Amino acid sequence: MTSAGSSTPRTRGRRGDRPMVPKAEFESYYGRPVIKAPSWAATDIAGYFFLGGLAGAGSVFAAGAHLTGRPRTATALKVSSLAAVSLSAAALVHDLGRPGRFANMLRVLKPTSPMSVGSWLLSAYGPAAGVAAASAVTGKAPRIGALGTGAAALVGPAVASYTGVLAADTAVPAWHGVHRELPYLFVASATAAAAGMALVTGPTGENRPARCAAGLAALADTAVAAAAERRLGMVAETWREGRPGTLLRTARVLTVSGAVGAAVLGRHRGAAIASGLALLAGSACTRFGVFAAGIASAEDPKYTVVPQRETKRT
Amino acid sequence: MSEERVGFFTDTSVCIGCKACEVACKEWNAIPEDGLELTGMSYDNTRALGASTWRHVAFVEQPRPDGRTRLPLADGQQAAEEPAPDGGEVRWLMSSDVCKHCTHAACLDVCPTGSLFRTEFGTVVVQQDICNGCGYCVPACPYGVIEQRPADGRAFKCTLCYDRLGTGLEPACAKACPTESIQFGPLEELRERAALRVDELHRAGVTDARLYGHDPDNGVGGDGAFFLLLDEPEVYGLPPDPVVTTRDLPAMWRHAGAAAVSLLGGIALTFVLAGRERR
Repeated sequence: MTSAGSSTPRTRGRRGDRPMVPKAEFESYYGRPVIKAPSWAATDIAGYFFLGGLAGAGSVFAAGAHLTGRPRTATALKVSSLAAVSLSAAALVHDLGRPGRFANMLRVLKPTSPMSVGSWLLSAYGPAAGVAAASAVTGKAPRIGALGTGAAALVGPAVASYTGVLAADTAVPAWHGVHRELPYLFVASATAAAAGMALVTGPTGENRPARCAAGLAALADTAVAAAAERRLGMVAETWREGRPGTLLRTARVLTVSGAVGAAVLGRHRGAAIASGLALLAGSACTRFGVFAAGIASAEDPKYTVVPQRETKRT
Repeated sequence: MSEERVGFFTDTSVCIGCKACEVACKEWNAIPEDGLELTGMSYDNTRALGASTWRHVAFVEQPRPDGRTRLPLADGQQAAEEPAPDGGEVRWLMSSDVCKHCTHAACLDVCPTGSLFRTEFGTVVVQQDICNGCGYCVPACPYGVIEQRPADGRAFKCTLCYDRLGTGLEPACAKACPTESIQFGPLEELRERAALRVDELHRAGVTDARLYGHDPDNGVGGDGAFFLLLDEPEVYGLPPDPVVTTRDLPAMWRHAGAAAVSLLGGIALTFVLAGRERR
């Protein structure tokens, strides 16, 4: 049977000023999805989003620590960024199936393909992060190390933000609908992860910037996520319900409690580590939550058909 | 483009659901089987377009209390009524779906390797030796056409029989269609023919007849494969108002740039705010 789906809008108490969601009456072909969900594995691609953010924002943080005389934090974040970008490259290759296929990514440079742009960004960023970490750990070639640190800090923000475009430049309703907000959400989440890493690995005597960054990141993350849900209209259901909803709510709780913990108790080593771990986990939950919301929105024809019927009418 | 742009006009009002197009496509392009499961979706066991289904015949079988779409017979008579068990009537809509070969093709735009390209006939084709299995074209397609084969990860879809076009043959599905539901030819000519056909149906009282994907000003710049439908597109599993996602890409890159700068500025600000450590 061709199903005539209907769902009444969820009327949760929060944010009563949200515009009325149109009643989702629609027809579909036996309830089958209209678009195809990406076949990407969550561990590979959501993991890649998280690791890329951790690496990119971590490099900026490392450069700041380097410049302001916080050497142990700087070294720790240079190493964590190199580890994160190496793991993220491994996740990408795992998703492609075999290493040789990554070489095909560098056949062309296409600005219309966020994945092509991202591959070139990674190719520039990875070696810079490697030089920065190697010099910091061995203590050799400090000038080249500083150059690598600076280069990684300049390319790092692009590595952290382009993944927002990568997800948004698809027909997936829960991603494309927030193509304006997603890069900001991803850099806020990346900053939270880098601050978390600095809290975990850096000495407490050097962690004031991390505690400060955790607060800013949590504020930005919460505000942008709320804006994204407002923008999505009825598609925001996919951000609130089921597994993605659980992941995204967990992400908010972890990020905010990590930031508060860092601000209040961050001078104590144990509290700093706990807050840092909460921030890292919160950032990971944000990426996995957004990823899962995208899959959920692609699999239900309602989220493709109902918003398009609205745009067709206007 | 050195040649004239060609495409398909699929007139679903004359589709008899014989699946000759599905079979001819499989045979000519040597596409692997999809498995032999029964879906319970009327006579549709292939479900959707995919890596191994480049033509897909949809069967919409619905009891309709408000009556069914009545198509005129060749001599102008109406077909006999077939009452449904519950007192209403059963409506049948059949439609052979295919890759739309969009003017602005999201799959082609987002492909990071240049594996997808536009041919001299204005169609969109995947070069299988270059596709690296990243799967980005799959969620990019607003029609849900292209798909990866699970075994090797590479993406496959209709080529509009690129190999046949080069030698002056028409695509296998159009060649095999016994009712001329699938018409192949220069796109401009097909659009004229489609406009005549939809007028003819409207005059015969089939007010639900409408063209889909024919408009060069639609969200994908017009489809190289367009359709005459007898109900809303979503009834057939088609999106009502698809848009090529790369239309918003300049805005996305601007926001990503601003986000990157705010990350840089935000972390710099934290170092300023934090100042020196209290000992």
